[in-house]
Amino acid sequence: MENAKSVKLVLEDGTEIQGQSFGAFTSAAGEVVFSTAMTGYPENLTDPSFAGQILVLTYPIVGNYGVPGEELYESISKIFESDKIHVAGLVVNYYSEEHSHWNAAKSLGDWLAEYNIPGICGVDTRMLTKKLREKGAMLGKIVAEQDIPMHDPNQDNLVAQVSPEGVQHYGTGKNKIVLVDCGTKTNIIRCFLERDVELIRVPWDYDFTQLDYDGLFLSNGPGDPKMCVPTIEHLQKALQQDKPIFGICLGSQLMGLAAGGDTFKLKYGHRSHNQPVKLTGTQRSYITSQNHGFAVDTATLPAEWDMLFENLNDGTCEGIKHKTKPFFSTQFHPEAAGGPQDTEFLFDQFLDEVEKYKAGK
Amino acid sequence: MEKPQKVLILGSGALKIGEAGEFDYSGSQALKALKEEGIRTILINPNIATVQTSDDIADDVYFLPVTPYFVEEVIKKEQPDGILVAFGGQTALNCAVALYRAGVFEKYNVRVLGTPVQSIIDTEDRDIFKEKLDQIGVLTARSEAVTTMEDALAAAERIGFPIIVRAAFALGGLGSGFANNMDELRTLAQKSFSTSDQILVEESLKGWKEVEYEVVRDQFDNCITVCNMENFDPIGIHTGESIVVAPSQTLSNREYHKLRSIGIKTIRHLGIVGECNIQYALDPHSEEYRVIEVNARLSRSSALASKATGYPLAFVAAKLSLGYSLAELKNSVTQTTSAFFEPSLDYLVVKLPRWDLSKFAGVQRQIGSAMKSVGEVMAIGKTFEEAVQKGLRMLDTGRRGFVANKPEPIDLSDLDTLLSEPNEERIFAINEAFQAGYDVERVYELTRIDRWFLQRLYGIYQLGLQLGEKRQQGGLDALDTDLLRQAKKAGFSDQQLAVQLLGPAEVKANEMLVRARRKALGVLPVVKQIDTLAAEFPAQTNYLYLTYHGTENDLAPETDKSVVVLGSGVYRIGSSVEFDWCGVNAAQTVNEEGYKSIIINYNPETVSTDYDVSDRLYFEELSYERVMDILDFEAPQGVILSTGGQIPNNIATRLEQAGAPILGTAAARIDEAENRHKFSSIMDELGIAQPRWSELTTMEAIYGFVKEVGFPVLIRPSYVLSGAAMNVVSNPQELEEYLKLAVEVSAEYPVVVSEFIQEAKEIELDAVADKGEIVSYAISEHVEFAGVHSGDATMYYPPQRVYVGTVRKLKVIAEKIAKRFEISGPFNIQFLEKNGAIRVIECNLRASRSFPFVSKVSGHNLIKKATKVLLGQHVERDASELVYDLPFVGVKASQFSFTRLQGADPVLRVDMTSTGEVGCLGDTAEEALLKSLLSVGYRIPEKTVLMSSGPLLSKVALLSAAKLLVQKDYTIYATHGTHLFLTENGVASTLVYWPDELQEPNALTYLRERKIDLVINIPKNLTKGELDNDYKIRRTAVDFNIPLITNARLAKAFIKAFTTLKLQDLSIKSWKEFKAQTEPVL
Repeated sequence: MENAKSVKLVLEDGTEIQGQSFGAFTSAAGEVVFSTAMTGYPENLTDPSFAGQILVLTYPIVGNYGVPGEELYESISKIFESDKIHVAGLVVNYYSEEHSHWNAAKSLGDWLAEYNIPGICGVDTRMLTKKLREKGAMLGKIVAEQDIPMHDPNQDNLVAQVSPEGVQHYGTGKNKIVLVDCGTKTNIIRCFLERDVELIRVPWDYDFTQLDYDGLFLSNGPGDPKMCVPTIEHLQKALQQDKPIFGICLGSQLMGLAAGGDTFKLKYGHRSHNQPVKLTGTQRSYITSQNHGFAVDTATLPAEWDMLFENLNDGTCEGIKHKTKPFFSTQFHPEAAGGPQDTEFLFDQFLDEVEKYKAGK
Repeated sequence: MEKPQKVLILGSGALKIGEAGEFDYSGSQALKALKEEGIRTILINPNIATVQTSDDIADDVYFLPVTPYFVEEVIKKEQPDGILVAFGGQTALNCAVALYRAGVFEKYNVRVLGTPVQSIIDTEDRDIFKEKLDQIGVLTARSEAVTTMEDALAAAERIGFPIIVRAAFALGGLGSGFANNMDELRTLAQKSFSTSDQILVEESLKGWKEVEYEVVRDQFDNCITVCNMENFDPIGIHTGESIVVAPSQTLSNREYHKLRSIGIKTIRHLGIVGECNIQYALDPHSEEYRVIEVNARLSRSSALASKATGYPLAFVAAKLSLGYSLAELKNSVTQTTSAFFEPSLDYLVVKLPRWDLSKFAGVQRQIGSAMKSVGEVMAIGKTFEEAVQKGLRMLDTGRRGFVANKPEPIDLSDLDTLLSEPNEERIFAINEAFQAGYDVERVYELTRIDRWFLQRLYGIYQLGLQLGEKRQQGGLDALDTDLLRQAKKAGFSDQQLAVQLLGPAEVKANEMLVRARRKALGVLPVVKQIDTLAAEFPAQTNYLYLTYHGTENDLAPETDKSVVVLGSGVYRIGSSVEFDWCGVNAAQTVNEEGYKSIIINYNPETVSTDYDVSDRLYFEELSYERVMDILDFEAPQGVILSTGGQIPNNIATRLEQAGAPILGTAAARIDEAENRHKFSSIMDELGIAQPRWSELTTMEAIYGFVKEVGFPVLIRPSYVLSGAAMNVVSNPQELEEYLKLAVEVSAEYPVVVSEFIQEAKEIELDAVADKGEIVSYAISEHVEFAGVHSGDATMYYPPQRVYVGTVRKLKVIAEKIAKRFEISGPFNIQFLEKNGAIRVIECNLRASRSFPFVSKVSGHNLIKKATKVLLGQHVERDASELVYDLPFVGVKASQFSFTRLQGADPVLRVDMTSTGEVGCLGDTAEEALLKSLLSVGYRIPEKTVLMSSGPLLSKVALLSAAKLLVQKDYTIYATHGTHLFLTENGVASTLVYWPDELQEPNALTYLRERKIDLVINIPKNLTKGELDNDYKIRRTAVDFNIPLITNARLAKAFIKAFTTLKLQDLSIKSWKEFKAQTEPVL
């Protein structure tokens, strides 16, 4: 990275870290979070759940395989997790300027520049991660030439920013699923479309209770779930019915809130591809992909709800389920992208519930 | 599942190519895991130099061959209720499969813990394996398993060339290779059929990426991948021969997880419980893949993965085989999080293989699908550049990294061949290519190494040039902090900087200038922890490395009193697991004496690099620079460098000059012992005889010296083009031929010529002294006469045929030496004895290769005693000299790996060629000898022995042995001279012709038809002409896996042993049982 321009990362606790610029040479503010995933930066950066966040990657070498070119599948991206980069900035130890991969179309730096997102490299990301682990996620900014004020994205309604404007239809499958898009990853859509589904993708505040559907899906998304007031209200109506509901990540938190439970902010969240979760009451555990800063407080769940999965590392709630109705959720990402694909079978389980519901109707 | 009470563990025996120190690590961890459960453990492993065969690791140890006969005998005697077969490499696995097929486990009601044997068979038999994977739609290379040559040719016809041939049930790709046409296939297949009844003819995936995953599964079907690894070299080069990085660097998320998911699916389907390894080929132009193989056991890769991630795979695998679920086990690094997780790395590791091909005359240097390397190193860094340059230095081949090396003569016209048909120097050929103006693309076309890796290397190359430009601009003064930091981040050592900035002369002195300048500019490495979770959770272990990519140390220096133990580095011929045993024992003693122990070592095949062996483990270089970096940071009370073999010894003087607190013998004394001139004049001064020698720079001087001492002489050139570095020559013609062929003689490259005493006994003394007084010692005797390297020789301890008078003389000499060199700590002296006259060959002021052997046999742990001395404790002179009263004998025998080294001449000589060793105990010398030779792959011949008994002296020496053979109804086939000699002496033999006589019955035909059970082939002398004559016989014996002995004394001892003892006569006694016999004595 010779001749690279100098930039700095400033944290709300006053820490200043000098580094070199890659991507866009511009300033950006947000919440600084770290991810310990070792692969999948194209997936991570386009994940809407990262909206407003400056992402620190603990894996020290980034950019090796470049960024693939865009391809479409049923009018959605085949490659990326949304149609743009969502992170506010990227922090790495070493940026590999040259890349090598058969499907690379451009370098990571060029791609970031395209979306005017700054990257900073040459940072002791382990030191930074330990700081975030000890003090919790912090506000911060990447400062190029122009200094800018700090900005707390959790004060924003990030979901409103990343949720689509209107309703979209995909596929012509036998089961009609409503996907409430609070910032969905496209791989969730792909997972459904591979499973004989007609998908109706609606904005976060859309009153889906008016629609005719067989099953309801609540997507992932950025920020504090309590910001999604209209979604929770619509969901509460849906919980009164018996149509199967499946929620992922933010969707899980929304389900918890709609059920009457509470959520809280984790100190520094779970952002990695190696989170172990255990299926409650069994000897079965799964390695999962995660990206969240908030979690359902299990203690606040009403009596008719159970914890479905538990995090083996810190015991936090990794999913909930209704004792009698076909409602369940996961805090982790069964659709992966990036990360392990070991829990993708949950989509099948959800659709089985839908079939059962339809048969019993 | 009920927990077993008593478990038998199979070790892997002697270190050999394809099966090395990694199984000491895995077995030791398994034993630790079982011990924690209160399970009684019994270990069978003849490798006496290992940590796992130390006191207090297993409850009982049997130093016996890991073969079906002996394992069954132990089972019969011990009646274990469980057995672990996955921790002793292919040796243990093959043995277990044989026992399972023979119904032995069933017969004795022994439960195989962990992966069922049937699953092992499913992975080992290529046909079944392919079929199993087909069942779940997982792709394997198109291939056919065949058992005859005709079928092999027909299969190749169907699949199409190029094809790869593999032997089923073989270690590390033995008997494998590529064939481009029918002729090549015929040659290859014939060889493969000699190691295996079944071979595989397979589509070649040359040029695809090679990727591996380590997979762990419990009996509840929970399954994880602990680590993935990517080979730097594409398919076509055995993973043991390849540079390997972890985690993968050029795989996208989709590729990474596609292969991961396939791995989990496969391992579930195969029903593995515990740990295994799955290898893939991945198309560099798409997401196409093939599964290459599954190793249903701990492997070299799993040892590497354990060290790379901090995840104790062998320990966890052992627990899972007892029925635990992964989620029940804790991550031993954090102690709080679960073992059911997949490590996230915030660094990368680079593994590099170490070859010693130059030690083998005639060997094919090309590397490929069969393993030839003898050791490996693992380097940790934040970038590939940083780690790979560290790793290249760790190999200890004199390289300073990727650039700034001593220029080597390289034929540029051959560059393209060197790149496309790699030998062990390929990575340096890449540097040559850059210098010759090749760009990354051109190197890629020739090597098919992923461009990303080549780009990184090109970056190092360019940075080297940039630094070189500073030389004209004022050298060090022109160096700015930014460029310096950039270079250090790219893994440049201070020596490399010295070469680039100040020129190729006086590198060590200039290194000091660079170091001073660097410290003045504040460019220092930082200490980082390996914690399995990329800092997501706090870690409890102190598994550390240094990097320049950082601004903060992860921890503070050790505040308690600490002692640093320098490890032995890379395993190579002449230095392996025995020094790891020494290092581990030293660290343990350091702890017992109330100090914190800090180990520095970088060899992933060792126990000393398990982070729970010491209080702090620095997985780092053993260079002056890095050791000083660590000493500067830790400021320990002392540094122990006498237990790590030659690598730490080599930096003794510089460390002492820098003020490092070296414990024990002064560096100046070490230097006096290492410098042959200084040492000789001290021996003269002490009145101790040495074989006469001289360092000579002209041919005239050499001839003059030889005239004075007479033939034969031992010649040791300092510069060798190829072939063995040392040789014995017996007459002027040989001398001339040798000097002309192999050596340059000049003031710059002098030649050392020594008097060579024939028929002399070689005796070794291993000892510990405290301030010049010997406190413990062990004398052992070689079976072979001097002339066989001590590392290759077979040894008796206690000595069997050494006069008491001789022992007394040796002791007096040793005492003089100990006093003169003011030795505090371990040392070793090698002696020659002939007709009562004793000469000293050499003296090492450090622990030697035989320390674990003599320590274990005598019961006096020389390393513990030495370490106490080093720490300033008073150590009483012990009763080790009473060892003559031992009611049993130990025999150490060497393991050779010639089968793996195509073309190498399997003959014992002055240069060491063995890759490992064993040590067995017996009530008599014959018993111990037979057990140890059976442990290194010899078999008691059934009916026939082929003899070519060499010079008259050895013909005479072998006469009585030949008579014994005839008495026992063996048929002796003899070549011309031997046949004549035997007939004249009334011993019946059948004449067979030499290979070059081209007449039947020919020795070669008999070997190929397996009509011969044992080959005794004694070369007349070690000249090229003589060796060529016999070479075909020796090489064919090795290629057809027929036991071969090339030394008359060893042949005689072996024949005597197997003609007087039957297999059933060999006692099945544990180490403790032998020791119990000695208790009243010692």
